[in-house]
Amino acid sequence: MTTEKIALERYKYDVLVIGAGGAGLRAAVEARESGLRVAIICKSLFGKAHTVMAEGGAAASMGNANSNDNWMVHFRDTMRGGKFLNHFRMAELHAKESPDRIWELEMWGALFDRTKEGKISQRNFGGHEYPRLAHVGDRTGLELIRTMQQKIVALQQADKRDHGDYESHIKVFAELTITEILKENGKIAGAYGYWRESGSEVLFEAPAVIIATGGVGKTFKITSNSWEGTGDGHALALKAGANLVDMEFLQFHPTGMVWPPSVRGILVTESVRGEGGILTNNKGERFMFKYIPDVFKDKYADNEVEADRWYVDQDNNRRPPELLPRDEVARAINTEVKAGRGTEHGGVFLDVSKRIPADVIKKRLPSMWHQFYELAGVDITKEAMEVGPTCHYVMGGVEVEPDTAAAVGVPGLFAAGEVAGGMHGSNRLGGNSLSDLLVFGRRAGMGAAAYVKQNSTASVSDATVSAAAARIEAPFARTGGENSYSLHAELQEVTHNLVGIIRTGSELKEAIEKIADIRKRSANVAVSGGRKFNPGFHLAFDLDNMLLVAESTAKSAISREESRGGHTRDDFPGMDSGWRQSNHIASFDGNQVNVRKQALPFMPKELFDLFEVDELKKYMTPEEIAKGGSN
Amino acid sequence: MARKLNLRIWRGDATDGGLKDVQVDVNEGEVVLDVIHRVQATQMGDLAVRWNCKAGKCGSCSMEINGKPRLACMTQVASFEEGETITVTPLRAFPVIKDLVTDVSFNYKKAMEIPAFAPPADLKPGEARMEQVDVERSQEFRKCIECFLCQDVCHVVRDHEENKKSFAGPRFFIRIAELDMHPLDILKNRKRTAQEEHGLGMCNITKCCTEVCPEHIKITDNAIIPMKERVVDIKYDPARMFAGLLKREKRS
Ligand SMILES: Cc1cc2nc3c(=O)[nH]c(=O)nc-3n(C[C@H](O)[C@H](O)[C@H](O)COP(=O)(O)OP(=O)(O)OC[C@H]3O[C@@H](n4cnc5c(N)ncnc54)[C@H](O)[C@@H]3O)c2cc1C
Ligand code: SF4
Ligand code: SF4
Ligand code: FES
Repeated sequence: MTTEKIALERYKYDVLVIGAGGAGLRAAVEARESGLRVAIICKSLFGKAHTVMAEGGAAASMGNANSNDNWMVHFRDTMRGGKFLNHFRMAELHAKESPDRIWELEMWGALFDRTKEGKISQRNFGGHEYPRLAHVGDRTGLELIRTMQQKIVALQQADKRDHGDYESHIKVFAELTITEILKENGKIAGAYGYWRESGSEVLFEAPAVIIATGGVGKTFKITSNSWEGTGDGHALALKAGANLVDMEFLQFHPTGMVWPPSVRGILVTESVRGEGGILTNNKGERFMFKYIPDVFKDKYADNEVEADRWYVDQDNNRRPPELLPRDEVARAINTEVKAGRGTEHGGVFLDVSKRIPADVIKKRLPSMWHQFYELAGVDITKEAMEVGPTCHYVMGGVEVEPDTAAAVGVPGLFAAGEVAGGMHGSNRLGGNSLSDLLVFGRRAGMGAAAYVKQNSTASVSDATVSAAAARIEAPFARTGGENSYSLHAELQEVTHNLVGIIRTGSELKEAIEKIADIRKRSANVAVSGGRKFNPGFHLAFDLDNMLLVAESTAKSAISREESRGGHTRDDFPGMDSGWRQSNHIASFDGNQVNVRKQALPFMPKELFDLFEVDELKKYMTPEEIAKGGSN
Repeated sequence: MARKLNLRIWRGDATDGGLKDVQVDVNEGEVVLDVIHRVQATQMGDLAVRWNCKAGKCGSCSMEINGKPRLACMTQVASFEEGETITVTPLRAFPVIKDLVTDVSFNYKKAMEIPAFAPPADLKPGEARMEQVDVERSQEFRKCIECFLCQDVCHVVRDHEENKKSFAGPRFFIRIAELDMHPLDILKNRKRTAQEEHGLGMCNITKCCTEVCPEHIKITDNAIIPMKERVVDIKYDPARMFAGLLKREKRS
C-alpha cells in the first residue's frame, strides 16, 4: 500500500505530558494548576492506562493502622527493599510526601476502604514493616486513574466556565502514539507522532515534555503488563540524549498464571500468599523452607508448625517463607521447575483451598476467584492454582534530578513514574509504585512549570519535522520486508531465555548478538494495509523501542558481575558491596547503546543515621561505613 | 490440541463494510480476543481491534459477540458450541472507525457534562472520616471500568441517534448516583439535574444495562431506581428543603 498524503496537524502547548497513567495524570494536574496549557497524550483511550491494573494498594506512612509508622520507617523499608541501590533523595521525598498525595486524592473524590475510626485503611504487604497500603478492595489502580481522570474533567469544567471551552487549557489526545521527542539547539522543542485511528501525523511544539510512559514488560514473553508496556518512553528518552539508569533490574513477580497459554503471565496478587496460600511442588513438598537466605533466617519460620501459627499470632512467630521478598520467591520457583519438580505446565502449585473456607476465599480474594474461574476454569476454593514468575516491573529508567524530575542532560525533558529510574534501586516494594507515580508525577509537573517560566516558547524547524515524518513513512514504502509480529516474538524468546530471571555471562553475550541481529532486520520491516488503525504499523514502532530497551538491559546485565534484587547472575551469585557503589548509565550514540558505571550518590548523615550500623554492614564496605554518611 | 474455529469478523469503516469469514486455530483455554489476535498476526495484519489489559480490567475490548455486547478478553471460546461460528461485530450504538473499533467519544463528552465532585470548602486533606458502610454504596459504582457496554445496549440510544443529545446513559447515571451518595459531596440537586438535564426520565428500567455489566454493578436497582424514586419524593415532598442539610450532617 502507498502512503496517503494528509496535511500535518500542528499544536502549540506549554507542556506535553506523554502518558495518561498515574504519573502522567498527576503531572498534568500540577502543570495546569501552575497556570500552564497542557496536552496529555496517550496510546489508549483516556482512563485505560496500565495503572488501572494495579491491585494491592499505594504505600504511604499515614500511620492509620499502626501509629508507629512514619516517613523514616518507610524510607528504611524502601532502601532495604532496593538493597541500598536506590537514589536516597528519591526514596526520601517519596517517603515524606506519599501521605499528602493520598489525602489529596480523597479531596478529589477517591473513596478508599476505611478503618473502624473512619480513616483510610492500610494493609500489610511484603517488605513493609507496618500495614501501609491504602487500598480499594483489589482495584486500587483503577481508583487512582479514575480519580485523576475526574479531577482533570473538573479542571476542564472550570476552564469552560472561565474561558468558554472545556479544552482551552487541557486537552487529552487519546490513541495517539509519540514516535519522537524533538529538540532544537540542544533543548526540548516538542514531539511528533501519529493518530492510531487515522495514521495521520501530528506535530506538537512545546518547551517542556514530561515522559510518563510506564514500563517495558512486553519486551518479555511472559509478563503481567498490558500491551502499552513497550518501553516507548525509555527509548524516546535515549534517542533524545537522556540516560537510562540501572536497566538490568527487572522485577519478576513470583506468581503469574501459567495455564492456559493465553493467560500466561497475568498476575496472581501477593495477597493470596498474605491470606495463607502455600507453595508446593509436584511432590507435594512445601518447598519454600529450603530457600530462606541467611540474612532473613531470624524473620522467617523454618518449619510448618510455626509458619502456620503466624497467621493467628504474628507477634510470637516468624513469618511463613512464602512471604519472602518477591525476588527470593521467584528464584525459588524457578529452581524447583528447572529441577523437574514443577507442574505439568511448568509452574508450581499455589493453594488456598485446603486452608481457608470457600466463603472466606470468595470474600477476601474476589477478583482472583473470578480470574481463575473465568479464564482457567479452576475453582480456587477447591483446587490449587498453577503459578510461575512473570515479568512485572522495571526498576531501571530515565536518570532524573530527584527534586524536579528533570532528565539529566536534556533541558526541558522530565520523566516520572515507572519510566523514571533510581527510586526503587534494585528491587521495588509492592505498593511503592502507585505512591511513586503521585509524588514524582506532581514534582515533574512543578519542575516543568518552573522551567517553562524561564523558557516560554519553542518552535520546531521544517528540517526536523521532515526527518520525523520520513521515519513514519518508511515502513509503508517497503515491500516484502520483515514481519513485525514475528520479529517481536523472536525478541521475546531471546529476552525470556537469555536475559530472564537467572542470567549468565555467556547467555547475555549471546543475547546481545541476537538483539543486534533482530534490530538490523527490523530496519527492514514492511507494513501491509493502509494507515487507518493498523496494528501491524503500530507494532513496527513499538518494536523499535523494545529493541533499544532489551539492548540496554542486556548490556547493563552483562556488566554487573554480582547478584542483587532484580538481577541474578548464576556466575556471580553473591551481593558485592563494591558493586553497590555503582549505577549503570546507558546512553545511545545514534547507532548503539553504551553502558558505563557511575558513582552512586551517597546518603547524607541524617539519613545514614536512620540505620543501625550492623545492618549497613551487610550492604556497605567498611570504608563507606567509616565515612558515616559524609561524602 | 488446536482445533479450527469459524470466525466471522466485521471488516470495514464508516463508508463501507461487511462480514468476512475466516478459519483460525484455537487452543485450549483461549478467549475470543486471543483468536482475533491470531487472525491479526497470521491473516489480516491490519485488522483493527482495541484492547489493553487482557484481564477484564480496562474496558477497552468491548465488542458484540454473536450480537451480545461483551468484553472479548473475558469471553471463552469454549463457552460456545463446538463447530458454532462466532460472529464479532463493532459496538452498534457508536459510529464505526474501522473493523471492531468504534468512536466512543460520545461517552467522554457526557462525562464532561456531569458536575464534578464538590467537597465542603472547609474540609482539610487527611481530616475526612467516613464509615465503611457509607463509602460502600459509591464504591460499587466506582468499580466501573468504562467499557461502555451498558451504553451500547441501552435501547434509548442504541438505534436512536437523535436521543444522544439529551441522554447521558446508564454509565453516567451511576456516576451521578455515586456522587449523590458520596459522603463528602455537598452539591445539591444531583437527582433533579439527572432527571431534567441528563435524561434519567427517558430510562424505562428495562435492566438491559445491568445484564451486560462485566463488573456486575446493579445499575438499575442500586442507582437508577433509587434516584428516580427520590426525584419523585423531592418534587412532591414539602420537606425537600432539608435534603441538603441531611447530607451535610452525614459527615460529622
Ligand atoms: C497487574 C499489576 C498489578 C500491580 N499492582 C500494583 C500495586 O498494587 N501497587 C503498586 O504500587 N504498583 C502496582 N503495579 C505497578 C504499577 O501499576 C505500575 O508501575 C504503574 O501503574 C505505572 O504507571 P505509570 O503512570 O508510570 O505508567 P502507565 O500506567 O503504564 O501509563 C503509561 C501511559 O503512557 C502512554 N504511552 C506509552 N507510550 C506512549 C507513546 N509512545 N505515545 C503516547 N503515549 C504513550 C500509555 O498509553 C499510558 O497512558 C502493578 C502492576 C501490574 C502489571
Ligand atoms: S434500564 Fe434504563 S438505562 Fe438501563 S438499558 Fe434500560 S433504559 Fe437504558
Ligand atoms: S457500568 Fe458496567 S457496563 Fe457500564 S461502563 Fe461501567 S463497567 Fe461497563
Ligand atoms: S482488554 Fe482490558 S478489559 Fe479486555
